[in-house]
Amino acid sequence: MTERLFLSGNEAVVYGAIDAGCRFYAGYPITPSSEIMHLMAKELPRVGGVFIQAEDELAAINMIIGASWAGLKSMTATSGPGFSLMQEGIGYAVMTETPLVIVDVMRAGPATGQATKSAQGDLMQARWGRHGDQYLVVIAPMTPQEAYDLVIEAFNIAEAYRVPVVFLMDEFIGHGREIVVRRGADKLVERRRPSDHEPPFGSKDPRIPPPMPRLGEGYYVLVTGSTHNEWGYRDVHGFETHYRLVTRLKEKIWGNIDKIFKYKVYGDPDARRIIVCFGSTCRPAIDAAERVGGTKVLRLITLWPLNYDKLAEELSGAEKVVVPELSLGQLVYDVAQVYPRNKMRVVNKVGGGIPIYPSEIIKALEA
Amino acid sequence: MAEHFGLKYLRREVLPTAFCPGCYNGILMNALFQAFMELGIEDLKRFVFVSGIGCSSWIPSPFIRADSLHTLHGRAIPVATGVKLANPELNVIVIGGDGDLASIGGNHLLHAARRNMDLLVIMINNQVYGMTRGQAAPTTPHGMITPTTPYGNPERPMDVASIIAGTNANYVARWCISQYIPLKNSIKDALSRYSRGFRFIEVYAPCVTYVVRREGKTPGEKLKELMKKCVRIETWRRMSPEEREKHVATGVFKAEDKPGFIETYKKYIAQALGEK
Repeated sequence: MTERLFLSGNEAVVYGAIDAGCRFYAGYPITPSSEIMHLMAKELPRVGGVFIQAEDELAAINMIIGASWAGLKSMTATSGPGFSLMQEGIGYAVMTETPLVIVDVMRAGPATGQATKSAQGDLMQARWGRHGDQYLVVIAPMTPQEAYDLVIEAFNIAEAYRVPVVFLMDEFIGHGREIVVRRGADKLVERRRPSDHEPPFGSKDPRIPPPMPRLGEGYYVLVTGSTHNEWGYRDVHGFETHYRLVTRLKEKIWGNIDKIFKYKVYGDPDARRIIVCFGSTCRPAIDAAERVGGTKVLRLITLWPLNYDKLAEELSGAEKVVVPELSLGQLVYDVAQVYPRNKMRVVNKVGGGIPIYPSEIIKALEA
Repeated sequence: MAEHFGLKYLRREVLPTAFCPGCYNGILMNALFQAFMELGIEDLKRFVFVSGIGCSSWIPSPFIRADSLHTLHGRAIPVATGVKLANPELNVIVIGGDGDLASIGGNHLLHAARRNMDLLVIMINNQVYGMTRGQAAPTTPHGMITPTTPYGNPERPMDVASIIAGTNANYVARWCISQYIPLKNSIKDALSRYSRGFRFIEVYAPCVTYVVRREGKTPGEKLKELMKKCVRIETWRRMSPEEREKHVATGVFKAEDKPGFIETYKKYIAQALGEK
């Protein structure tokens, strides 16, 4: 059942989520993500799902955690200030291994900033916004079509690894409107349920996520954000329990980096001039590469975990690397880990809803 | 010797509880389990307990033998809301303290009550933040000395039950921990006669370590004092303002059986989709 629709990225993400099996949404209105909430309110009940408008973002993130434990694939969407408010809840979801998808349609910050203007300044927050040692997955689409396709992937990763996935869009993608093919999901991943005597919070091989019980079925599961052993019992004193838990939660993601990490190369794959980008800045980057030729575009789809070995491999032998960002520079720190700073050129622009133009990238390539 | 009726609702492997000697949480647990027993509830398979952070949040997690979610500080109610909406067949009970539910989680309490969300919330009002050494809470009496109010509490306490009675909540009651039988019966009512919508029971039970001991009293002596201090709402209303300050109004503030959020939501959706 393939449909061709004329959708904004915000609308596309809703249809992608529904086709991925999302049946619960809680959210709080915020620009520029509200259209996601509007369409969810309309569409979810039609597929037997539940929509609720929360009293604030703290409630929204915690409602979807509860719904996920009750067995439904759950999602919220927000932007800047709302994403900040959700951080504690996202940390709880990491600690309790709760599958969720959190869409952040980035706008210019900090604070209220420019609510209607695009930005990419939440990259580091998406990765590191919580206190403590915690690892989750961050995925970034670059078009409305990808908002549809990749959010399905985001749900699959959340379910497979029992982890919250941050779906990092920005205002250009959220409000950009294009033809989107609603093609349905190729494959759907469902969380694994425990058999008898299988602990819900531990596994011998840390790369294998533990199975997840569903509330109300007699597992008598103990879910806690405090340090806990493999059966969920709190241990707020011991070194061993804490260290084993946090290293397992890290290894569960980083140990599966070959399966999770995705990127795509555009332009001339053998070129020694390389643009590294993610999200909405990739289209001007690809356009710039096409115009001038002899340029490769390395476009990151997965922003976390980031495979630095792959990044180094792709950048090895590069004569020049350009990093365009709708922020004062965050992705640039990743590139700097594997490539000399003095050969790197940045294009930073943020605010006012002005995109980075291909001409600006070309200027940096040729500088 | 016959076994105590409460044991079947407990995870024996984690006993004894972590509570201070003489803590009134034990009395509440007894009342809760007696209510379950009298209602013929054999096991808690279809119950989900949700709690936040604080001493009373430890009652369900890990002591009650049921599914339980021990959530972030203040966030028990939204998590419980998510559980209930995702699977309305489950009985969802929130147990928490005054700091957790009325201070950091106050907004959620208010809005769940406004929605008449189908939850039973039991709030143990121990007057302080007991787990973190007895700092002042929104329920701390005016003038009380705590580590954060060393010169006496300049603020006035919040009457949580009255506030919730002013919302769309179906059932609101307050009992002192010394009023065991009405408390137990109230929990029973909130699970049987009034089994839908938002049900809120405030349990007035001063922290034995950070309130009672600071007053130089034993938990037993305090219970005797509470028996005089806690009066029925009707009696309290007839008192002078000065007398009211010295007493705690207890009883059922509100008891209705309107459709809860779940029913209203389902009806609304069914009507809208049926009209197409």
